Amino acid sequence: MSDNGRDSSVHERREWPLWEIFIRGMHGLNHRHVGSLHAADAEMAMKNARDVYTRRNEGVSIWVVKSRHIAASSPSDKGPFYEPSRSKAYRHPTFFDIPEEAGAM
Amino acid sequence: MTAGGDEFEFLCRMGDNALVLGQRLSEWCGSAPALEEDIALANTALDLLGQAKMWLDLAAEVEDAGRTSDDLAMKRDVMDFRNLLLVERPNGDFGHTMTRQFLFDSWHVEMLKELADSKDARIAEISAKSAKEARYHVERSAETVIGLGDGTPESHSRMQTALNELWSYVGEMFHDDEVDMSMARSKLAPLPSNLRSGFDRRFRKVVEAATLIPPTGAYAHLGGKNGIRHTEHLGHILTQMQWLQRAYPESEW
Repeated sequence: MSDNGRDSSVHERREWPLWEIFIRGMHGLNHRHVGSLHAADAEMAMKNARDVYTRRNEGVSIWVVKSRHIAASSPSDKGPFYEPSRSKAYRHPTFFDIPEEAGAM
Repeated sequence: MTAGGDEFEFLCRMGDNALVLGQRLSEWCGSAPALEEDIALANTALDLLGQAKMWLDLAAEVEDAGRTSDDLAMKRDVMDFRNLLLVERPNGDFGHTMTRQFLFDSWHVEMLKELADSKDARIAEISAKSAKEARYHVERSAETVIGLGDGTPESHSRMQTALNELWSYVGEMFHDDEVDMSMARSKLAPLPSNLRSGFDRRFRKVVEAATLIPPTGAYAHLGGKNGIRHTEHLGHILTQMQWLQRAYPESEW
């Protein structure tokens, strides 16, 4: 057991950390999550992202974030987390009459 | 003066460097140490293949003998290739490949930078376009050399070995011969020896950051860019690269 534990910790150290990649496209306003990849540091993550995700001229700006810095909601919390908002239609501003002069919204 | 003229000869050198190194790099496709490196190397290989096409298209145009870039790439034999010996060296391990890449890229960016001012607008145009790719290539290869050189004892020793082994192939990149001097006289290309200081500056910086010891030997293997003495490795590359045209002459798709 202890041997296994040591091996896996060595293995973990040897593996490059995982990064989440966000790219702002030619016509996009916001950076969008496009996927993840491995890299030793941020600089390398940026270069790898350039090679993996912008080969077809997709992007003009790249953000990289270490995956472990992303806090995510857990699927098991789905019920209490999201369902309460489902029945609260009044939170959507669809009950207002838009005055003509306001134009398209 | 050679059969197709000095400019033809020079363009074949530029094209063959890109073609042979591109072919070499693509040998990594599917077997690089990490998916990210695999894709990055394949991108570099494709960049070089694209550059080879531009140079050999122009070479064929300048030669004006009815040959195309495809003919030049696929139907010439070893003694007609004009690439540097460095680019036909076998890949070795990943560190060896990246060291070779760094040495080539460091020369390539200097060469393309100067060629962008060539009196021949076609050369200048191809160079300006290729220089952008080469600048990225050298950034990437330099960082890998630093990362692996200044890495574990194992990676450090492999990088030092690679550098020592490849060092005697560096000199050819800066060796001026008759073709080079004629090109420089016509203001079509720089003298290779003039590119040395730019190369050295980058080389010293990167090698120091990589904690590697710069080799000092002055011996240089020559004979690649004039086609006189290629290593046995080029023949093997061509066998693989030209296999289809050799087995099924004139086949197209």
